Amino acid sequence: MTIEFTLNGQPVSAQAQADDSLYTVLRALNIASVKCGCETTNCGLCTVHMNGRAVLSCSVPAPRAAGQQVVTLEGLQEQAKEFGGYLADEGAEQCGFCAPGLIMNVLALAKENPHATDAEADAYLAGNLCRCSGYMGQRRAIRRYLDALAARESGEVRA
Amino acid sequence: MASFQQYVMARSLEEAYELNQKKSSVIVAGNMWLRLCGARKQTAIDLSALGLDRIEETDTELVLGAMTTLRQLEQSAALDSAFGGAFAQAVSPIVGTQFRNTATLGGSVYGRFGFSDVSTLLLALGATVTLHHRGDVPLAQFQQEPWDRDIVTHIRIPKGQRAAVRSVRLTATDFPVLVCAASAGADGLRLCVGARPMRAMVAAEGLAPGEAEQAIERIAEGLPLGTNLRASEVYRRKIAPVLLGRAMQGCLTGEGE
Amino acid sequence: MMERKRRSPNAVGAPIRKKDAEALVTGKPVYTADIAPKDCLCVKLLRSPHAHAMIESIDVSRAKAAPGVACVLTWEDVPQVRFTQAGQTYPELSPHDRLILDRHLRCVGDPVAIVAAQTERQALAAMKLIRVRYSVLPAVLDAREAMDNPVVLHPEEDWRALVPCGADNRRNLVAQGVESDGDVDAELAACDVVLEREYATRANQQAMMETFRTFARTDAYGRLEIVSSTQIPFHVRRIVATALQIQPSRVRVVKPRIGGGFGAKQTAVSEVYPAIVALKTGKPAMLVFTREESMTVSSPRHAMRMRVRLGAMRDGTIRAIDLHTLSNSGAYGEHGPTTVGLSGHKSIPLYTHSLRAFRFAWDVVYTNTMSAGAYRGYGATQGLFAVESAVNELAHELGMDPIALRERNMVREGEVMPAYYGETAASCAVDRCLARAKEMIGWEEKYPARTLENGHIRAVGAALAMQGSGIAGVDTGAVSIRLGEDGCYNMSIGATDMGTGCDTILAQIAAQSLDCPVESISVHGVDTDASPYDCGSYASSTTYVTGMAVVKTCEVLREKITRAGATLLGCDVREAEFEGDGVRAPDGALMPLGEIAAQSMTAQTGELSACVANGSPVSPPPFMAGCAEIDYDPETGEVKVVDYAGVVDCGTVVNPNLARVQTEGAILQGIGMTLTERPEVDARGRTVSNSFMQYKLPTRLDVGSIRVAFEPSYEQTGPFGAKSIGECVINTPAPAICEAIYNACGVRVRELPVTPEKLLLGVRT
Repeated sequence: MTIEFTLNGQPVSAQAQADDSLYTVLRALNIASVKCGCETTNCGLCTVHMNGRAVLSCSVPAPRAAGQQVVTLEGLQEQAKEFGGYLADEGAEQCGFCAPGLIMNVLALAKENPHATDAEADAYLAGNLCRCSGYMGQRRAIRRYLDALAARESGEVRA
Repeated sequence: MASFQQYVMARSLEEAYELNQKKSSVIVAGNMWLRLCGARKQTAIDLSALGLDRIEETDTELVLGAMTTLRQLEQSAALDSAFGGAFAQAVSPIVGTQFRNTATLGGSVYGRFGFSDVSTLLLALGATVTLHHRGDVPLAQFQQEPWDRDIVTHIRIPKGQRAAVRSVRLTATDFPVLVCAASAGADGLRLCVGARPMRAMVAAEGLAPGEAEQAIERIAEGLPLGTNLRASEVYRRKIAPVLLGRAMQGCLTGEGE
Repeated sequence: MMERKRRSPNAVGAPIRKKDAEALVTGKPVYTADIAPKDCLCVKLLRSPHAHAMIESIDVSRAKAAPGVACVLTWEDVPQVRFTQAGQTYPELSPHDRLILDRHLRCVGDPVAIVAAQTERQALAAMKLIRVRYSVLPAVLDAREAMDNPVVLHPEEDWRALVPCGADNRRNLVAQGVESDGDVDAELAACDVVLEREYATRANQQAMMETFRTFARTDAYGRLEIVSSTQIPFHVRRIVATALQIQPSRVRVVKPRIGGGFGAKQTAVSEVYPAIVALKTGKPAMLVFTREESMTVSSPRHAMRMRVRLGAMRDGTIRAIDLHTLSNSGAYGEHGPTTVGLSGHKSIPLYTHSLRAFRFAWDVVYTNTMSAGAYRGYGATQGLFAVESAVNELAHELGMDPIALRERNMVREGEVMPAYYGETAASCAVDRCLARAKEMIGWEEKYPARTLENGHIRAVGAALAMQGSGIAGVDTGAVSIRLGEDGCYNMSIGATDMGTGCDTILAQIAAQSLDCPVESISVHGVDTDASPYDCGSYASSTTYVTGMAVVKTCEVLREKITRAGATLLGCDVREAEFEGDGVRAPDGALMPLGEIAAQSMTAQTGELSACVANGSPVSPPPFMAGCAEIDYDPETGEVKVVDYAGVVDCGTVVNPNLARVQTEGAILQGIGMTLTERPEVDARGRTVSNSFMQYKLPTRLDVGSIRVAFEPSYEQTGPFGAKSIGECVINTPAPAICEAIYNACGVRVRELPVTPEKLLLGVRT
């Protein structure tokens, strides 16, 4: 079947089988940032945004994406660089394999709860597994990123 | 992984119901567990275009569409004000926000999973399952029934109750080793136990608060519990009164975990 | 090393970003599967459902005829020469006991057939059409019953141990041995207190996020090109050549970015299968392990069972340690003879200060379970769980504070360690590490335990650890650096960055040596055709062994540049001085590096490059002290690590950010091994902890804080004083947490993992 949806702001048309997942379709479209880490829906590596919400692309039936807005890290390069910079300043991106999924969810968090405490951020991101970092460097990077966003926001308000 | 030949975005409940009468059909809700069960089906029927993802409030009850996501349950102001933080307590440990953004209430209820936190709470709240063909069935009854070809459209929960949920898990987002829910309403306290590791069940109901405290040890003793990879029956029996007691306390005092 | 006046800021010690950071955080296609040709055949393995069986017959005719199928291979189609998948320097200590496909299946998941088709769906469909008749054999699942069991896993005539290590396939023995110093029995007999305890650990999974994966193709020259997520490209070249019975020169191995390894990819788990398909079909072929395959047929930690006898005097002097380790190598011998050694060599020497005698004996056995491999810590983790737990138990027996007991007995700088090959602890700050960790956790106020208002108990526990830095006299790494026309350097290494950041760390060492900014050093992934030889990134060798090769290479290159500069300046080379951005004549004239570089592209001076290999006759141990604070719920038995203080002596810290993340990450892996990860094998030999749903990695909610500090010593034989860090840091959590748990509830867990159930119901010992 042919599935038409909006990918990173551009209309796309993809061939898929009835039981393909959105993950499979995205990889076939050369969306390389999307990774599969578990096959059991609980590692967070395949996180993308569908209609603005973070979802696990491995469990979204491809046909369900028809007509929807799908955004991957390829469509959020500036934000990825900005938050990724904080991550890199901690050395916490390490192997990087879980980074795209994590960053997609961090960006969702920043939108949904920009003033999140560390505990709220941890709870929000609990579905993003990482085996390299021990999470501490991620936690520090997220704090600095959210603080920077808040500072920018308050600067804008003052201006 | 599940496989199907055809994917139908249902345009009406009637269409979905008709299609689902074939054994070779299956309803796709969140596609979380369905994907993993390895079923081989001809037709997958998607309910997401039917507007079943709303939480509505009447004078007497909350009506939750079957396609309401776990994340909606967690964040609903209506549910929070009606039942304290019980829904957030029940669903927030489930895998992660992305998972809860697509996992559905209807999927949890229809699946009658032995690990379901959601069903345990709903059971405590005396929820009713609305099925497209059969109409309303109490969840307590529905839980006992085998899977059939009807479609869960809504879950109804009577207002005027408080509730709390407590669980033990091996990691923060794992399946529960045991989950207990307590509710307090006009009919007294109701205590439920899930992840026994079998379908959630009502352990006791109609208890007065003072009476319940006395009875918890006895209630836990009589529970049908089992062993799985996560824990033995002996351990579950040991922690059952603890979690029942904590859920009850949480429900009576309104305190979170 | 000469102290020079530097022009560029110090690169060693700088907390700089990894060179590949931006590509990783923006999701660029840099991993194996991202860069595979689109038309790769999909390779799948039909796997044994039985723990022990012979293939009676196998019918692949229907599978071969199925749509899209390019080839189906069985044991009859592969070379009948045994090899090992262990990534070790030849001759490997691991026995040659494998075929690509074998009639004799020795564990659940052992490959039965290789299927390659145009699509994954076609490969899976074809696999279902293969008909196999098995003759099921009795299986040995318990390591304690393996030695001299009538069921023999490797009866084959062509089984070979290349190096004598006590191996005997007729006895299910992968290795066996004993070593000692002093009269341990006499010393134990003279001790006031002798503690005898048994400890056990399980086959934990590295669980790197990127599963094993490889693609292979033949190139324009008819050679086999293998692109793989591996820590050991040069070993893979040899292993694949051996397995396929082709010349190693016909094989080229490329390592792109890797999604984590932790030792898992020090075994050639996935490479031979797509390689044989590419060779047989002439088409590119890729195998991506599913997570289930990665959890069930891979290269986990060796499960070990350790019996410790610890002898001490009433005053707390530890006089004798007697350790026996039984290691379960699983169905094959990968890393079996070597991992076991570390269980003693990296634990007993910690108590060198007062130790009068030790004995360390071991048996490594075959069983019909998944073959084990290399996991960060490599036996030291297991041995330190045993010895450090025993020391904690001894403290209670003596009524002493366990930190005070360690202060009395731990190894000090300058001491000769008989249990560590007689090496001297030339750089050792373990005493400072312990003092600092003790202070960071607030030991004085918190030891042993206190009860909170909510009824939970907070308790603390401590442990020490050590590891090595490379394999003494064996590991080697070469580095080649060339001055480019723009005055920047091109560095080629064979060491494999697997996310650890070694590309960046080695560039920092080069920048320090060449007095230039780190940005002036470019690095790239490993390609066995283009990179100088390196045994690979394992055994905590990269910073120490390859890092020193960088230093040596830079020394040679600096001399060459100076000579070229002097020629261009027309001055005596002995009077010219290398200054990083150029070469200065005694009259003050500077020949800029760019000019020298430009001239090196002419016949004037010739190319300016150097390549030097390095190995070390010693393996200086890094040290660590870890203190855990746990929260215990006495009503449910739940434990959470609320705070962990880890203090490391890795010598000079080359990049503090990367060293800290290594430590934080390893501590959490250690916490996972102790509390949440439960490798389970059922009665039929099936690994049931076969997914992330059943094998629970800690999430970010399962740990409070992990705090890391460094107490550097200076290692003279290392680059700018550096030792290793990657493995040492995983070793303290298990014994420290188990001690904290004991202090909280009085239950001593000697068999990992800890479960709430064990604590609430009491451990049956």
